[in-house]
Amino acid sequence: MKATVLVRPKPGILDPQGQAVQSSLRHLGFAVAEARVGKLVELEVEIDDATEARAELERMCEQLLANPLIESYEIELRDGV
Amino acid sequence: MSVERERPLVAVPFFPGSNDDRDAVSALERVGAEGRRVWHDESVLPDGTAAVVLPGGFSYGDYLRCGAIARFSPIMRAVTAFAGDGGVVLGICNGFQILTEAGLLPGVLRANESLSFVCRDVRVRVEDAGSAFTSRCADGQELTIPVKHGEGCWFAGDDLLAELEANGQIVLRYAAGENPNGAVDDVAGVRNAVGNVFGLMPHPEHAVDPLLGSTDGALILGSLVDAARLSAAVPV
Repeated sequence: MKATVLVRPKPGILDPQGQAVQSSLRHLGFAVAEARVGKLVELEVEIDDATEARAELERMCEQLLANPLIESYEIELRDGV
Repeated sequence: MSVERERPLVAVPFFPGSNDDRDAVSALERVGAEGRRVWHDESVLPDGTAAVVLPGGFSYGDYLRCGAIARFSPIMRAVTAFAGDGGVVLGICNGFQILTEAGLLPGVLRANESLSFVCRDVRVRVEDAGSAFTSRCADGQELTIPVKHGEGCWFAGDDLLAELEANGQIVLRYAAGENPNGAVDDVAGVRNAVGNVFGLMPHPEHAVDPLLGSTDGALILGSLVDAARLSAAVPV
């Protein structure tokens, strides 16, 4: 089963990378009020059951993929529910 | 069982991408310890280890987040157990990042607010000379120690910060106007609640030789060696 994990800086957490992107976009003439930069992790997990896969992905996020102090995560599963 | 040593043994675990391990060993030797590098793949610390120093560098290429992958190395299980038994553990720069990711120290280190790599001497203020890592300093003493990092912006939310402040866990702060990375509340170094684990972004191991400028780093490493001598005197 394929999954995409989106890791975002939590609201209220300063995101200097996002600010740099926003500033560059404005220099290019785009009307951008805010930009926030996160990470995208694409995974292929060796589990067929969607519920089980989601639970496993949750554990991956908690243990490694995101740092809960500063990041939130969102799991998208494909090839299934 | 370890005996009191003239030169306490300080283990320096290093990872693929660490680059300050040799400097750390050299500086530790200069302040009276025996430093020994230990590859990350080892699952035990050397017999008689009296303290651990996690060195700076870019373990695992800083992939995902700095320190996030190194914390799962076999040696980190031994370091975590050592810290749990009250062993003295110091993390410098990337070592600090690893300790926060491992949950041994509070907070997290993020990209510098400026997004630029900083490499220069900074002045830091000793907030608590009572810690095992600053015992050779005086309260309020300012030390000059270099930083060199791209992700040294220490962050903790308001509640955690207040708790750390109340517990006296903020051991080092950047002096006024010196904060090189945007760290919350100018925090340069924090310890755990018990007081046996400490991490800082400045590099004390690069400030021990008068030929290269400041020798203030020797005060931090010397304090660590004093603490290591004491802990080595206690049978484990």
